[in-house]
Amino acid sequence: MDNKVKEPLIHITKRKMIPKKQEWAIRLGGILAALIVCAIITTITTHLNPIAVYGAMWEGSFGSERKIWAMLKELAALLLISVALTPAFKMKFWNLGGGGQVMAGVLATAACMITLADKMPSGAIMLISFVSALFAGALGAFIPAFCKAKWNTNETLFTLMMNYVATQIVAYFIIIWEKPKGSGKIGIINQQTQAGWLPEIGGKQYMLIVIVSLIMTVFMYIYLRYSKHGYELTVVGESQNTARYVGINVGKVIVRTLILCGLICGLTGWLLVAGTDHTMTTTIEGGKGFLGVMVAWLAHFNPLGMILSGLLMVFMAKGGSEISTALGLNSSYGDILTGIILFFVIGSEFFINYQIHFRKSHGKEATDA
Amino acid sequence: MLSFIVTFIPRAIVQSVPLLLGCIGETLNEKSGSLNLGIPGIMYVGAISGVIGSFLYENSGGTFNPALGVLIPILTCMFGSLIMGLIFCLLTVTLRANQNVTGLAMTTFGVGFGNFFGGSIIKLTGSEVPSITLSITSKAFKTPLPFAGKAGVIGELLLSYSFMTYVAIIIAIVTSYVLNKTRTGLELRAVGENPATADAAGININRYKYFAICIGCMIAGLGGLFYVLDYANGVWSNDAFGDRGWLAIALVIFSIWRPNWAIWESILFGGLYILYLYIPTGTNFAMKEIYKMLPYIVTIIVLIAISLRNKHENQPPEALGLPYFREDR
Repeated sequence: MDNKVKEPLIHITKRKMIPKKQEWAIRLGGILAALIVCAIITTITTHLNPIAVYGAMWEGSFGSERKIWAMLKELAALLLISVALTPAFKMKFWNLGGGGQVMAGVLATAACMITLADKMPSGAIMLISFVSALFAGALGAFIPAFCKAKWNTNETLFTLMMNYVATQIVAYFIIIWEKPKGSGKIGIINQQTQAGWLPEIGGKQYMLIVIVSLIMTVFMYIYLRYSKHGYELTVVGESQNTARYVGINVGKVIVRTLILCGLICGLTGWLLVAGTDHTMTTTIEGGKGFLGVMVAWLAHFNPLGMILSGLLMVFMAKGGSEISTALGLNSSYGDILTGIILFFVIGSEFFINYQIHFRKSHGKEATDA
Repeated sequence: MLSFIVTFIPRAIVQSVPLLLGCIGETLNEKSGSLNLGIPGIMYVGAISGVIGSFLYENSGGTFNPALGVLIPILTCMFGSLIMGLIFCLLTVTLRANQNVTGLAMTTFGVGFGNFFGGSIIKLTGSEVPSITLSITSKAFKTPLPFAGKAGVIGELLLSYSFMTYVAIIIAIVTSYVLNKTRTGLELRAVGENPATADAAGININRYKYFAICIGCMIAGLGGLFYVLDYANGVWSNDAFGDRGWLAIALVIFSIWRPNWAIWESILFGGLYILYLYIPTGTNFAMKEIYKMLPYIVTIIVLIAISLRNKHENQPPEALGLPYFREDR
């Protein structure tokens, strides 16, 4: 057989393993290329010096202690959601409803803080709101998981729709509880009594959520790596049939994993309302449910790696909103830059996972893949 | 009652067109096995590209030619959405990236792109309100059929819309015909259901995916254009498009991946979207938020129902969301 006749110019094979160094070199190369493209686009569209734009973004994120804390809070919330979504993604259950599950937790917490304000001591409110937020988050994740396990309902679309259901329910209650009437806002809940507010650790308002997010990140790393549950959900993700052969109850694993997912999302909602924001808005989650999907995926579902990928996203978002005040640029510019960087990072994954062989080198390569 | 129907139905229909176009675009994407969550962003890009085109034309100084005034925004809109479609294809088809992640990144990018250039043009015009008004172009877009005014109630209900409404319905019918009645449609569905089998049958997977995604994105982009230049009377303001892109994705499920059904269901969705304006809730503004939830609730119910009944022709395309690599086992 003459295999030279029809050999294509480019032949792509899957890589088995790639040295860590090379992997990071490709990824950093992607980010660098993205920054250069962003710089060119910045110069063309805004006639500003791109270095100045990046400088303003850096200044906006790390410029002062207050700004660093604000960024850490964003990072912590994003990290919690990414960590929550990770076990589901590892199971190839595309939970795009992280935002909705956080909103469920937000709503439950706000409900407890508002309705129980004068009836109980602050500690009791904290406890009850904690339990109900976790329950609400878990419920939001349980419904699509149950349908997936029972009837194989498409979970991506289901959880996507759940986001809007949750947001609209929150919008409904904001109007019910609005204060003052007609403002369409809730304002700071229990501003005088501070009932149900979580304590500040070390005098820093955002310390608690940062600590909790780090604990949950480490917990998730251990859970996925060393626990039986983590092993089972990885097997389900790799192949449901294999999981069934070895006697794993696939439906049970799906529901259990998603409840864990919802619990952490509910916890995030609790921390956001009772711990940092002390109010409820429809945008309190701020698109982090979707951002978390990207953060988790960029880190290859490794919770520790999410600290880095999360930092990149928060930096782009925070810095992007800062350049609007510093340089008079529209704040959406940050979204454009984030998008471009994401495109490059997503694209660079290909060169990590696949290897390209050109026709010239056919003698050295294995002919069969 | 009649007056209610005559005012409500036309408004629901006008509301439905962006959803319908977005839905057709997403259906084409999904039929090729690509869950394109970038559609909301693509609709933004389509809208702003059209706005830029017509803004440049309106301000070019020459006399305004209605035909060109309509054609230029449509072309720039389709060009903008085509570029977005190509980005999605390059990343998910050629580079086999995860579709959900790519789609969400495209939505981030697209919404930012729309709001940035929208904001920039607003700044250029130096107007006091945060919006751009392209009333001349919009008037050209909204020219009704010449005999609509003479046909009474029927004319009001069926013939009083601008040409893009009818174009959208024609696109839906044509898409449905191509998908179900032609060889191209059959092969496209094969690609979405089981790419390995289609590949073995000699179908060029990548070519089908590229064409389906790009054409789908251009159709969806037109939905964004319709929203600004027709529904909103040529007024662009940032974030006004709202969650209609996601609603379009919901509509794909609600129509069970059938563009011809989507014509009616988009009107239903459009109606649900504005229903709260017509329901006498008095000062109870809260209920209006619940009504806004209805489209998503019915979508979820449909989604569960089709998985419960488990009829083969009602399922999502089998390879939806999965990248195809020939050498995968």
